[in-house]
Amino acid sequence: MKLSIQVNEGPYQHQASDTAFMFTKAAIEAGHEIFRVFFYHDGVNNGTRFTTPPQDDRNVVNRWSDLAAAHDLDLVICVAAAQRRGIVDEGEAERNGKDGNNIAPGFRISGLGQLIEAGIQSERLVVFGD
Amino acid sequence: MSETKKFLYVNRRAPYGTIYAWESLEVILIGAAFEQDVTLAFVDDGVFQLVKDHDTAGIGMKNFTPTYGALGDYDINKIYVEKESLEARGLTIDDLQHLIWEDEDEDWAEKDSIKVVTSSELAALMGEQDVVLSF
Repeated sequence: MKLSIQVNEGPYQHQASDTAFMFTKAAIEAGHEIFRVFFYHDGVNNGTRFTTPPQDDRNVVNRWSDLAAAHDLDLVICVAAAQRRGIVDEGEAERNGKDGNNIAPGFRISGLGQLIEAGIQSERLVVFGD
Repeated sequence: MSETKKFLYVNRRAPYGTIYAWESLEVILIGAAFEQDVTLAFVDDGVFQLVKDHDTAGIGMKNFTPTYGALGDYDINKIYVEKESLEARGLTIDDLQHLIWEDEDEDWAEKDSIKVVTSSELAALMGEQDVVLSF
């Protein structure tokens, strides 16, 4: 089945991003296709490479990056939500006059249209959050 | 992308305590450009989003609720408010913004966009959808 995933909550604060990751991994292992993972609300905070959790804890951000590299996942961060919360890639840094960027490998920043398209193109859109 | 799907946006939260309500409205407005079959539902504290005459001066936040008045211009005219949620909060439809749309098939007659429905009617409505986005 062709699935898309929406992640609405930030890492560590909320289990939703852990559950979304585990669901996505399990779906891939079960042979399903992941059309896109879309990060919205505080979910955009899953995509900053500046995250530094204690060494004896899971690294929520790297886990997504590794999964994306292994399975060519499309990890999309909503631009409007990202701008509010300081998630920046190279292009956004230049456009908004920021002195750096913090996006993690495998993620890209794009518009809300990508979420609607995911809803149209996928057989199921699975939403993780409160 | 010529396919048309039934999209339901479920708005469940009060308008300012968290950003979900405002960021939901942003999705709805962007989504309108995709010409899908869009329905909105307001339940639980989400019904407060539609209450008219918000004054947010005291909390220093932007009152985004006048934007709901533009939904009719985006061809979003199926807006369902749960009856039980209104009643539990001492509200009636008269406390809500009067949202309208113009029906081009009837010489642009102005029609009400908001319908009050029971939770079981809303459940049936949810069952008909292809995509449910919950905020």
